[in-house]
Amino acid sequence: MDRNRLHNQVASMRRSLFDQLEELQDDTNPNFVQEVVTLFYNDSTRLIQNIEQALNSRPIDFCKLDDYMHQFKGSSSSIGAKKVTNECTAFREYCNAENAEGCIRSFQQVKQEHAILKRKLEVYLQTVRQASQTA
Amino acid sequence: MKNSSGGKGSMSTASSITTWKAGDVVPVPDQFPAGLRVLVVDDDPTCLIILEKMLRNCSYDVTKCNRAETALLKLRENRNGFDIVISDVHMPDMDGFKLLEHIGLEMDLPVIMMSADDGKDVVMKGVTHGACDYLIKPVRIEALKNIWQHVVRKRKNEWKDLEQSGSVEEGDRQPKQSEDADYSSSVNEGNWKSSKKRKDDEDETEDRDDTSTLKKPRVVWSVELHQQFVAAVNQLGIDKAVPKKILELMNVPGLTRENVASHLQKYRLYLRRLSGVSPHSCNPNNSFMNPQDETFGPLSSVHGLDLQTLTATGQLPAQCLATLQAAVLGRSTAKSSIPMPLVNQRNIFSFENPKLRFGEGQQQHVNNNNKQVNLLHGIPTTMESKQLTSLRRTSQSIGNVSMQVAPHGAQSSQNNSSLIEMGQPLSRVQILNDSTVPLSVGQPIVPNGIAANVSTRNGIPENIRAPGYNLVSQTSSILNFPMNHASELPVDSFSLRSTPGMSDHTSKGAFHEDFNSEIKGSGGFLPTYDVFNDYQYKSQNWELQNAGMILEDSQHSNSLQGNLDLAQSVLVQQGFPSGQINGQNRSVPIVSKAMFSAGDSTEPGNLLNVNHHLNTIRAENTVRVKSGSVADGNPSNLFADHFGQEDLMIALLKQQQGIAPAENEFDFDGYSLDNIPV
Repeated sequence: MDRNRLHNQVASMRRSLFDQLEELQDDTNPNFVQEVVTLFYNDSTRLIQNIEQALNSRPIDFCKLDDYMHQFKGSSSSIGAKKVTNECTAFREYCNAENAEGCIRSFQQVKQEHAILKRKLEVYLQTVRQASQTA
Repeated sequence: MKNSSGGKGSMSTASSITTWKAGDVVPVPDQFPAGLRVLVVDDDPTCLIILEKMLRNCSYDVTKCNRAETALLKLRENRNGFDIVISDVHMPDMDGFKLLEHIGLEMDLPVIMMSADDGKDVVMKGVTHGACDYLIKPVRIEALKNIWQHVVRKRKNEWKDLEQSGSVEEGDRQPKQSEDADYSSSVNEGNWKSSKKRKDDEDETEDRDDTSTLKKPRVVWSVELHQQFVAAVNQLGIDKAVPKKILELMNVPGLTRENVASHLQKYRLYLRRLSGVSPHSCNPNNSFMNPQDETFGPLSSVHGLDLQTLTATGQLPAQCLATLQAAVLGRSTAKSSIPMPLVNQRNIFSFENPKLRFGEGQQQHVNNNNKQVNLLHGIPTTMESKQLTSLRRTSQSIGNVSMQVAPHGAQSSQNNSSLIEMGQPLSRVQILNDSTVPLSVGQPIVPNGIAANVSTRNGIPENIRAPGYNLVSQTSSILNFPMNHASELPVDSFSLRSTPGMSDHTSKGAFHEDFNSEIKGSGGFLPTYDVFNDYQYKSQNWELQNAGMILEDSQHSNSLQGNLDLAQSVLVQQGFPSGQINGQNRSVPIVSKAMFSAGDSTEPGNLLNVNHHLNTIRAENTVRVKSGSVADGNPSNLFADHFGQEDLMIALLKQQQGIAPAENEFDFDGYSLDNIPV
């Protein structure tokens, strides 16, 4: 059935995307993953913007950059976004070395991974919506 | 987990044991660890919500906050409402470690730190600050499943402590209780106790009742209790402060040596941390501290001279001068007998004021004072620090003096009281707040608060926060200062100056005078609690009012102490808006108060704090003039004039901006002692 298929799809997406998060979802909070994903989605977008701004300003405030990135790394790791987290780690190393060039390059990577993740999340959310509509 | 298996169950003494936290809502033992009350703090919303969910899945009772201040508020509102706290390290409004300290000192709850940062240094920091565990993000649910072990472990240790000391000490303590009155009066701590709000005391009392059978494993270190603790520590000298003696001094029924020992450990950690902040050697004041040589009357002049010299050199913040004066006056002879234990310990202040030395031979006191000054630790090296040091010094000396003074007679007490009352040190407070040196008027509260404040100075609301804790210890010694003598003068100038760095000019106004008057009126000095004071002392008025309140009582050194406590408590109670004590003197009032009450306690350190406070408050205030009134120690006089806190604040702010003290009556450099009403 369409509904089943969609649900299955959602479930498998969830599993592939967030192994831990899925465990957290249960009857008492059926939309937990969705909530978290939405939250992360918005929050990370904001953080990326902040980082971008900080990178564009001169002189670059590495402290602030590090702070932002630290936060970003924390939330993406909590949600289980491994690739993004790894890029964040690389970025922070450049940041500590105050290597502006390195930071900028690394940030591009971060953005890229984040963009990929965002797309996946969007698809996930969309599927969830569809599934709930058919349900 | 069954209670029996965990620490919880160890109490086996009676069915009531499960409720080992007095007043706590104890979850059914058998369900443990289900129902564990967790407070999780993290500014990242994603992490926060995930953690909350995970904790809920572990059957814990979760409360989440995204700001450290909110968390502290919640914890304070409901002291026994949580079993464990999980906090992020990086937070925008307050450093996670700072929060950790607060919680450790105030509530003695186990705290788990967490961060995406897994660097060894950060983890080590967690250890040194007393975190019971450190989790690395992303946090897995498995890691959270076991956090109950920290709660159990802590309780078990407390319980054990209780048992060990309980049966023996309980018995010993019981009879002591009856002697409390006598004992406490001698110790002055009793005064505090009596004068202080009894809220927390009552709680302890209740616990006491149960002690015979089951000692409460967990002691809630209320502001007052902590103040007592700090006072005791100051009295003994941080080096010599052993739990047993502290316990005796505090004379709180139901409190065990172990409780004190663990609290002392935390306190030491805190101090150590503070000392690393700003060991300024501010105070040339130290030299003044020696006032001992002089008698009261002449002291002011004498000291004034010294102070003047010092101030002239600019080393001595006016405030210090004031304090010194006060101290001197108070002392009149005693050579810093004040147990500056606080100061010594503190090193933070390490004022090495070589300058002070030149002042007089008082050095000895000065040294002591210096040490005491340390109480102020954390005093920013900025002017404030100078002031602080001076404050400290003075406070020390003052404390010493007061000690001396006390014996001298009412006069001194008056001074003290006035000084204490002066608590105004709003400006000081600010400084204190920043410098964390809470004018521990007599109450050991201080240094923490003040010192903490110092560093943060900017209206660190946080600093002030620590309720009385911080202040308590240090200030007490300081406060003792001069309240006794009516030597107004140093006070005014002193106070203003001393306002920790905050505003050199704030010390305007004869510190002493201010003290006296202020102390009385200031009612609230010492906001410096800062770190520990939750109460952001914003309310200057409040302080003033309190000061007034305090003054009344503070006729005696004892009362001073009580007043201070009162003031403090009041201040604290006021629950100043967390705001921010920003440089506002506000905090000072509390501090000063505390300091003053300490009048008896020789803890000079406190005086400094107080002075600082006072000074800060005073800066603009014309209190100085009060000298006359000061003598009377009439709070009313003081208040009437008391410098508007705004004034003080302005003064402080000005000072902070590096404005030449000239504005102060006491010109910093010129320390015109003339102003000091001798």
